Amino acid sequence: MNARGKTIPVLTVISVIVVIWYACVVWMNAPFEYDKAKRAGVEIGFSQLVSNTMSQDRPVLPAAHQIVEEMYNTIVLKNITSRRSLVYHGWITLSATLLGFIIGTFLGVVLAVGIVHNRAMDKSVMPWVIASQTIPILAIAPMIIVVLNAVGLSGLLPKALISTYLSFFPVVVGMVKGLRSPDEAQLDLMRTYSASSAQTFWKLRWPSSMPYLFTSLKIAIAISLVGAIVGELPTGAVAGLGARLLAGSYYGQTIQIWSALFTAAILAAVLVMIVGVAHSYVLKRMGQKPDGTAA
Amino acid sequence: MIWLLVAAVLFWMATWVLNEWLSRQNFGSGLVQKAVNLVIPLMFGVAILVLWEGFTRGLDVPKVLLPPPTMIWQRILNSLPILWADFQQTFLKAVIAGYVLGCGSGFLVALLCDRSSFMKRGLLPLGNFVSALPIIGVAPIMVMWFGFDWQSKAAVVVIMTFFPMLVNTVQGLSAADLMQRDLMRTYASTWWQTLTKLRLPAAAPFIFNALKINSTLALIGAIVAEFFGTPIVGMGFRISTEVGRMNVDMVWAEIAVAALAGSAFYGLVALVERIVTFWHPSLRSGRT
Repeated sequence: MNARGKTIPVLTVISVIVVIWYACVVWMNAPFEYDKAKRAGVEIGFSQLVSNTMSQDRPVLPAAHQIVEEMYNTIVLKNITSRRSLVYHGWITLSATLLGFIIGTFLGVVLAVGIVHNRAMDKSVMPWVIASQTIPILAIAPMIIVVLNAVGLSGLLPKALISTYLSFFPVVVGMVKGLRSPDEAQLDLMRTYSASSAQTFWKLRWPSSMPYLFTSLKIAIAISLVGAIVGELPTGAVAGLGARLLAGSYYGQTIQIWSALFTAAILAAVLVMIVGVAHSYVLKRMGQKPDGTAA
Repeated sequence: MIWLLVAAVLFWMATWVLNEWLSRQNFGSGLVQKAVNLVIPLMFGVAILVLWEGFTRGLDVPKVLLPPPTMIWQRILNSLPILWADFQQTFLKAVIAGYVLGCGSGFLVALLCDRSSFMKRGLLPLGNFVSALPIIGVAPIMVMWFGFDWQSKAAVVVIMTFFPMLVNTVQGLSAADLMQRDLMRTYASTWWQTLTKLRLPAAAPFIFNALKINSTLALIGAIVAEFFGTPIVGMGFRISTEVGRMNVDMVWAEIAVAALAGSAFYGLVALVERIVTFWHPSLRSGRT
């Protein structure tokens, strides 16, 4: 399946989705229009109905072009420092995401190195790393935020901590797998060179874990963003994409919700793409094919 | 009070040394080895709890910040009816309904697009893409569409679980290799027979992978969706209101229930997986 083989089917599916979307817009927003026409005492024609459903102020389901228009207004036209600008809110979310992602990656790598080099740590920590993920951290995000606020920690760090907690897990799992991926023959070779364990680590284990690391990083950055967004929900809707979602749902501003949602989606896509580019760059420098198989 | 902290740290170090010793031992009989493998993480967990208890009591950490485990346990015992009602609302209604619908529809759509490679090539990248998106954000929209009760939470869970299931099933259905499919063709088996006798069993590890991912996603989705408006019952509702009233021990009790429910759900799926895909190498090697 090369890139060319994918474009046309993907575009087809997307256009089908858009068509279904517009059909749903008409269908879901129609009751409101009928109601309005009835109260005004006028008959409403079909073409009139269709055009009305796509330009409501607070539609049940906004049309795609309304969302794009709102996004254009709030991203390009508004001043970046304005509180109505999505760039402003997006940046707040993004900074928490990145901080959490960096701490989480660091923590994950350190834990993985410990697990690989220490048997007791492997046996006792690993099950708890897995168990730690059964705690629905997103569910306790509000508590963490509020409690950290109570001790005077506010702003970026509490949100970043939630992202950290979410993102360290895929990194630990991927790195443990990656650091263990050199096979016996390679490890034996290092031993015949009488390499120290630090040398084995830097010259063999670390390079061979790179493909695994980047695969994990892609998951980690996506989940970091989710963590940052949910972390913004309980702060009383101050700033950030999550706060936009919450404010939109309080005031019934559906277009605002959808545009925040789409911005978050685009942000996630861009972040994953950046990690993907770094992935293929690093592997290329190491003389491997981008798909992770040794050249 | 500081001696409590010292005692806890000492206990922690003692279990660490014991763990270190245990993991270096080689026990002859498999059963003892199995028991030891179970004891090591358990001891680690107990050590953490003791450390937590000693730390919070010894240093007099304000209980708003972090209540000691014994206090949380007390709270759980004291408010069982409330916890049960919340569990019923969030888990038994929203999570289960959403999980079944989401996984079921993801599976069916995967079967449908399996028949056309065009659909598969179009849907798979999109499905992968959507899995990376913060889908949890649709929660306010769902609450607006389906009302405050559990139906809106179930809808969020459906959307969250749909895409992992779709992607994994489509991948799993192409897991059976060409040779095996050719064999089925020489038997003149129909598409349906090939599906049930070869390709679905071959896809089972992938499908179970999705089921496991979804079991944790579903719980998270339902709880977070409750932050956007719920009737006055439910785990997410309880967490957000008790946080506002600074009853942190109640929040932790709720978290304990959620963690327990999540682990049990995951464990159940993993158990079924062991029974259904007993032939898979990853399970066979795990048994030795």
